[in-house]
Amino acid sequence: MREIQLEINGERRTISAVSNVGELLRALGISESRVAVEVNRNIIRRGEWESTPLADLDRVEIVQFVGGG
Amino acid sequence: MTYSQADDAFLLGGRTFRSRLLVGTGKYSTFAVMKEALDRSEAQIVTVAVRRVNLNRSTESLLDYIDTSRFFILPNTAACYTADDAIRTAHLAREAGLSNWVKLEVIGDEKTLFPDTEALLTATRSLVKEGFVVLPYTNDDPIMARKLQDAGAAAVMPLGAPIGSGMGIQNPANIRIILESASVPVIVDAGVGTASDASVAMELGCDAVLMNTGIAGAQDAVAMAEAMKLAVQAGRMAFKAGRIPRKLYASASSPLQGISR
Repeated sequence: MREIQLEINGERRTISAVSNVGELLRALGISESRVAVEVNRNIIRRGEWESTPLADLDRVEIVQFVGGG
Repeated sequence: MTYSQADDAFLLGGRTFRSRLLVGTGKYSTFAVMKEALDRSEAQIVTVAVRRVNLNRSTESLLDYIDTSRFFILPNTAACYTADDAIRTAHLAREAGLSNWVKLEVIGDEKTLFPDTEALLTATRSLVKEGFVVLPYTNDDPIMARKLQDAGAAAVMPLGAPIGSGMGIQNPANIRIILESASVPVIVDAGVGTASDASVAMELGCDAVLMNTGIAGAQDAVAMAEAMKLAVQAGRMAFKAGRIPRKLYASASSPLQGISR
């Protein structure tokens, strides 16, 4: 099974069987509503998650809304 | 004609709101308490922050406790210290959220959380150009308020006192000067500690008040949320009703004639 190393939210992770952003979110068990994703500092629009490939050492940021003033 | 709150809509960024109280969602003891406080505040705009998803444990989602058909979500750029950081956070918020509105914060100093107004102006110009509805958290400087307005901000949001300080409006004279030259709504953002502080802001003629700690940090956040709702309403009504001038000496309320001796 193909494995890639990603830096996700600042943590180095080895992930298998994941080739695009949509698959990564599902593999991480992240509810896909109301999160935003950046890969290497570029925002990936929701409609492009399935078509955006991930490569070794990509830096992924996944953010959501939390309580704030 | 006598003033009626029902005819006094709050126009902001091309939208119409009834409530002039904007409420933050941070620092509540639980999401359930927050939900009840939001309900009791009757706010229609609630602020949220943008942060990394926790990968190691699944946590409850804030938005499970906020009915987005009822509350308009206003993401902030809290904890951003440069214009670039704030612009990036605004983009992430737009992508994660439901609108292109942003409560723009560019913080200049950790201890005071005062805004870096130079960077704030830069970020405001940039985000306005990109079509964002920008609501900048600024200091109580009338010149900066005017510059933000000229840059296309949809409102100016001067602080009453440092964020979370609860000290009330420290410089009402400056807020009055800001109001004199403002053509966009003026929203006091930060520093409100109790109901009278919110009333003072509204009595000065501010269009709305934004607060978080003043409610969330109260011993009974739910009751304070309602107190703030009433204070904002009372302050607004008093402002529209037109207060009496301040005088040094008394003027009797009862007739001076016909006193029985």
